[in-house]
Amino acid sequence: MDDTQILPKLPLSDWIESFVDFLKAYLSGFFDAVTAVLEFIAEGFVSLMAMAPPYVLIILIALLAWWAVNWKLGIFAVIGLGLINNLGYWPELVDTISLVLISVFISMLVGIPIGIWMSQKNSVQSVITPILDFMQTMPAFVYLIPAVVFFSLGVVPGVVATIIFSMPPTVRLTNLGIRQVDKELIEASNAYGSTTGQRLMKVQIPLARPTIMAGINQTIMLSLSMVVIASMVGAPGLGTIVYRAVTQVQVGLGFEGGLSLVILAMLLDRISQGANKK
Amino acid sequence: MSSIKVDRLTKIFGKRPKQAVKYLDENKTKDEILELTGMTVGVNQASFEVESGEVFVIMGLSGSGKSTLVRLLNRLIEPTSGDIWLGDQNISEMNKEELRNLRRKKMSMVFQNFALLPHKTIQKNTEFGLEIQGVDKEARAQKAKEALELVGLGNYLDKYPNELSGGMQQRVGLARALANDPEILLMDEAFSALDPLIRKDMQDELMDLQQTMNKTIIFITHDLDEALRIGDRIALMKDGSIVQVGTAEEILMDPANDYVERFVEDVDLSKVITAGHVMKRAETVRVDRGPNVALKLMKENGVSTIYVVDNKKKLLGYVTADQAASAAQEKKGLEDVLTTDIPTVHPETVLADVFTPMFDDKAPLSVVDDAGRLVGIIVRGSVIGALAGDNNVLNGNGGEEHNG
Repeated sequence: MDDTQILPKLPLSDWIESFVDFLKAYLSGFFDAVTAVLEFIAEGFVSLMAMAPPYVLIILIALLAWWAVNWKLGIFAVIGLGLINNLGYWPELVDTISLVLISVFISMLVGIPIGIWMSQKNSVQSVITPILDFMQTMPAFVYLIPAVVFFSLGVVPGVVATIIFSMPPTVRLTNLGIRQVDKELIEASNAYGSTTGQRLMKVQIPLARPTIMAGINQTIMLSLSMVVIASMVGAPGLGTIVYRAVTQVQVGLGFEGGLSLVILAMLLDRISQGANKK
Repeated sequence: MSSIKVDRLTKIFGKRPKQAVKYLDENKTKDEILELTGMTVGVNQASFEVESGEVFVIMGLSGSGKSTLVRLLNRLIEPTSGDIWLGDQNISEMNKEELRNLRRKKMSMVFQNFALLPHKTIQKNTEFGLEIQGVDKEARAQKAKEALELVGLGNYLDKYPNELSGGMQQRVGLARALANDPEILLMDEAFSALDPLIRKDMQDELMDLQQTMNKTIIFITHDLDEALRIGDRIALMKDGSIVQVGTAEEILMDPANDYVERFVEDVDLSKVITAGHVMKRAETVRVDRGPNVALKLMKENGVSTIYVVDNKKKLLGYVTADQAASAAQEKKGLEDVLTTDIPTVHPETVLADVFTPMFDDKAPLSVVDDAGRLVGIIVRGSVIGALAGDNNVLNGNGGEEHNG
């Protein structure tokens, strides 16, 4: 041991491991249930999308892009998704879309209520904010270890790690959006005798909507960035191609996988922003 | 009947308000308390009563606590101590449910920056209070429409607030308040964000509306002209305390202290003092008494002009001593010689508007009421005296007393 060290090294890693062991021992039933449910949803989603031939889905997504943004994005969707299909990555694309949409959906389901709760009480905000900082700055790889311990390999630990990494923007921006609502409007709502619920539903949330949607857009982008990392624990998808390319030093394969991800990211970003403005 | 009675209402901003209240009881000033405790006195033991149907203006410069005071009334800000009586209910002791009901049914508020919901149409904005109360859709749409028509926005139901000018937006704010049909309107600097011409229109419109609705209005402003224009009574605030409560004339003519005096010294008196304030008793003679009686009365009272009225005191005109003398010589009646084409003013006409008619005729200006009866005359000396701030020339009570 170093002479300059006054205190002996704290056994922090031992503590964390005993804590994880404890959770695994006593909450395994819970983790198994979560695994079963998420797997069911993911597989259901993938097989639903696999039922339609790729070109039908491409046209549907292109129409969505046209409706949400403009015809140019619709054409981009046809060309981009057609390219991915042509390269032979359609099944991986479907897996990735499923991973991203499930993660984003759960992030919204959990994140928006937490954000609303934070906005109502400063004490809640002061507790949650450091947790969010932790979730966002802890290297994403670190989540993979407990995710594997609790949920074994496959799509579920991928979804869990993605949720942890990508949920904070939704929570933060929901909180921020609600807090930014003009003070005079809050006063007006109170002065006319609103209950807390009425004030939230009729004034605060509608006015915070653009900010909340910006948070969701950020969550979508962050969950896409987790796709490659999630593939390390066996989550299927475009990430697997990139990961394989990295380990086998195949520049061409890596570029194909990466390009497919970029196309998907651009489409999801533009479509979600466009839908927000409607 | 008194509608609202505020008793020693106090608001301290800070962590240990009880301490500051104790200092207030010891008559320490706002600055001393800030220095001793670090706490700010928002409102210091304000007491006043507002009559039902009255327009009560609370006026003060920014930081005087007027906006805090109005928010204490509906407890958007919680009072530190003191009572607010609405009839026999004490608002400061209401629980949440009672307070919500009060805000929904009895007190509506109009805000400085309108506080309209940008995502709702004008119609929906106006319905807001009713929607909160759970009034069913058709009934609230109907009431909102009526309120909007009242403020002249019946054609803008489906517009959004950002499509309207500031003046129109504040009409919506007013309509939203009126749609609830409250007893009391709290108007916090309601017209201060509007440009001067629009502000004046809105003041006039509010006064017109008030003629028919007869609400109790508590109006906050920093603008003395506005206060004088619309206020039945005015409370002047400084450093969280009310320094004087009274009618416009009382505050202008009899300032309670130096602060009020300085506040009001720049006021254009000619727009505040009315004909009723400066008029004197007129010497009159009934038309059927004849020229000799008129001459005798003029001689007794030392005047050269006398006003001729009919048996209902209705003004017919005036005669000068010369006219009366010639009528007496020629055995004519007063009606044959009197000058009938004379300018008149109403007792409530402000002095700014009497200069022209006074200039048009050398004789003192006649003041007549709505029924055409002569209630007094104005001589030039008293107009000049009043504008110079001489209280002795004023009747003090406006024209009302002289009408009867």
